[in-house]
Amino acid sequence: MDVVMLSRLQFAVATYFHFLFVPLTLGLVLLVAIMETQFVRTGDEEYKKMTKFWGKLFVINFALGVVTGITLEFQFGTNWSQYSKYVGDVFGSLLAIEATTSFFLESTFIGVWLFGWKKLSPKAHAACIWFVAIAANLSAYWILAANSWMQHPVGYVIRNSRAELTDFWAVLTQPYAIWMYLHVIAGAYILAGFFVMGISAYHILRGQNIPLFKRSFRMAAIFTVIFAVAEIGIGDIHGKEMMKVQPAKAAAAEAVWETTKGAPLYLFAIPDEENERNSVQIFGIPKLLSLVALGDANAEYKGLKEWPKEERPPVAITFWSFRLMVALGLFFAGVSIVAVLKRNKPETSPRLLKLLVFCIPLPYIAAGLGWTVTEVGRQPWIVYGVMKTADAASNLAVSQVGLSLTAFIVVYAALGVVCFWLIAKYARAIPEPASAPGGADFSSAHVVAADK
Amino acid sequence: MLETVWFLLWGILWAVYFMLGGFDLGLGILSPYVARSDTDKRIVYNTMGPFWDGNEVWLITAGGVTFAAFPTTYAVMFSALYTPLLLLLFALILRAAALEFRSKVEGKSWRKTWDVVLFLGSFVPALLFGVAFANIFQGIPIDADGNFHGNLLTLLNPYGLLGGVLFVLLFAVHGGLWLAVKAEGDLSVRAGRVAGQLWMVLLIVAVAFLAASWFATNLYGNYIAYPWLWLVPLVTVVALVTTRLFMLKAAWWKAWFASCLTIVGATLFGVVGLYPNLFPSSLNPAYSLTAFNSSSSPLTLKIMLVVALIFVPIVIAYQTWSHFLFRDKVTSEDLASDEAY
Repeated sequence: MDVVMLSRLQFAVATYFHFLFVPLTLGLVLLVAIMETQFVRTGDEEYKKMTKFWGKLFVINFALGVVTGITLEFQFGTNWSQYSKYVGDVFGSLLAIEATTSFFLESTFIGVWLFGWKKLSPKAHAACIWFVAIAANLSAYWILAANSWMQHPVGYVIRNSRAELTDFWAVLTQPYAIWMYLHVIAGAYILAGFFVMGISAYHILRGQNIPLFKRSFRMAAIFTVIFAVAEIGIGDIHGKEMMKVQPAKAAAAEAVWETTKGAPLYLFAIPDEENERNSVQIFGIPKLLSLVALGDANAEYKGLKEWPKEERPPVAITFWSFRLMVALGLFFAGVSIVAVLKRNKPETSPRLLKLLVFCIPLPYIAAGLGWTVTEVGRQPWIVYGVMKTADAASNLAVSQVGLSLTAFIVVYAALGVVCFWLIAKYARAIPEPASAPGGADFSSAHVVAADK
Repeated sequence: MLETVWFLLWGILWAVYFMLGGFDLGLGILSPYVARSDTDKRIVYNTMGPFWDGNEVWLITAGGVTFAAFPTTYAVMFSALYTPLLLLLFALILRAAALEFRSKVEGKSWRKTWDVVLFLGSFVPALLFGVAFANIFQGIPIDADGNFHGNLLTLLNPYGLLGGVLFVLLFAVHGGLWLAVKAEGDLSVRAGRVAGQLWMVLLIVAVAFLAASWFATNLYGNYIAYPWLWLVPLVTVVALVTTRLFMLKAAWWKAWFASCLTIVGATLFGVVGLYPNLFPSSLNPAYSLTAFNSSSSPLTLKIMLVVALIFVPIVIAYQTWSHFLFRDKVTSEDLASDEAY
């Protein structure tokens, strides 16, 4: 393997791993903020116990999200120095501004929130978690605007043999960035919603502290169904945007080889890249693809053969990742609708609860698949139409990158195991039942004196 | 002009990171020597509890600003320093895990393992930052295309290692003072005493480093050309001595602030001496990357300047507030709280 391939793999490992923590951070922080706000509003101790229980899981997850993010920032320089030189004028500023405007806020206030229970008034304390929530969700925008620029570069000119910024506003407000943001954020909220529903379901099934978990379940079910249903529309619009600016990626995601009028949508296909066709394609729904992607059942859908072989993304991975992601997205919408209908009496539906426990990992998989479509589908470009991935890597020795990739896999695997083991340990812990309502003494009461 | 402003801001960002990240790295380095019981160790962890995360963002911002303001330097610097940078990253990642995970599980071997990780995760970055900056001061073997001609051992030369030792000592003293401020009783006394002993070594190493810099680097060129700049090293040396004077009076807060000034001064001494170079080449001065030949376009620099001028003061304000909020010592009562490390 060459340095480019090894660096791609290393970036993929670092990104997938980072994104095991990010979506839960983005979504769970909002739920925790809502719980604490409810506590401040009503004085109901149960809400405080919820805040502490879910807040603890949030914090374990948060730390690894932060530090694995540094790796991503640094890797542009270490492994992709030609890329950094060529587009740093546009791309680098988004990362720097993200740190200045959002990341400081998030990281400072998470510390204040975590250690400040007794130092701040309830209102000020709740405000801190809202700062974290806003900052986390804002920081995602900067990063996704940067990624969108790699997908669809705008607001720049090639000058001094590099891409130079000409219109910052255009970079920030291009539709691709806005829809990608909404798509990723909704996905993150779905993930967090299923996380809370799944863990609540686990406890309800065992009859442990039912009031707290029923309330958590109810809140998460309503939260999830909103975004799971909205995600269908958002994903559709994001897909149409991709169709417009990255038609080769879209064609790979659908495994369409020949340009076709009124293209059918195949639910199942086995792409054969060698012979530029699908060796199997079944369950075709006539004209649906043209209708969904182009808004007109008879519209012409561009096939992969429109592009020379070396300008096509890998078809099979893109196709399958896209198929599975969409299927999971529809499944989430369906399950969350059932869950929201049962939100007041979840204990009467043990089968649903069992299903929800098993659903916890699925949104993680969907998010990983989504990034696979986005990033593999962009190939062979690192910046779509502007710079090829093959020209972007640093001048490093194969041994250097091979060694660091191995180290990443070993260290990340170990940390991932420990982190999720800890999350599972604290997720299974049973909070003490709430004391009688009305006794809302802010400074007392801990969830569990677990393991201190 | 814009380039010079950003060069200075770049230096200040590193200086602030070393000042803030320095005390939490120093705590990790000192912990095995001053913290005896599990309670001691937990106090060490908790004195940096509310801060370490916010401190680290200064590093992320310093990295981000290198990328945004001087993309060519960022590209060449980060790829040339590939191995040390990745070691640094792994150390910081494992260190964060140690902070977050250690006290969440009972069990001696669990906690002991993470204590070792915290030590290594603090010592290695401190050393590598010093090695990296010292090597930058003396020049890196890069050619006209920014390709690095060397390996990790090239960087571990005597001057580079001296820089590494200097950083480890600066941070260890800084962390010791922080612990003297934040801990109670014996632990505070031990921390203050160790900081005092290390200060003696630091003084010797600092003098050696300043002397070695005369022979190994061109840092003094700017000072000879513009003698008023001598103010920077002068303030630094005064701050270093003042740190000791406050320590002798057991005025730990004041000593810590003097130590802050020492670290900022030491960083800026190097940065000012480096100007306009960001990443000088030891092969040929013409290959050096400077604030001018590696910078972003004026538009990018302007936009970032506006953002920095608005947001950095806000960041400083709320981080200062957070220090004010958690100004008290860490007590055993704090350890009983459910959120404590």
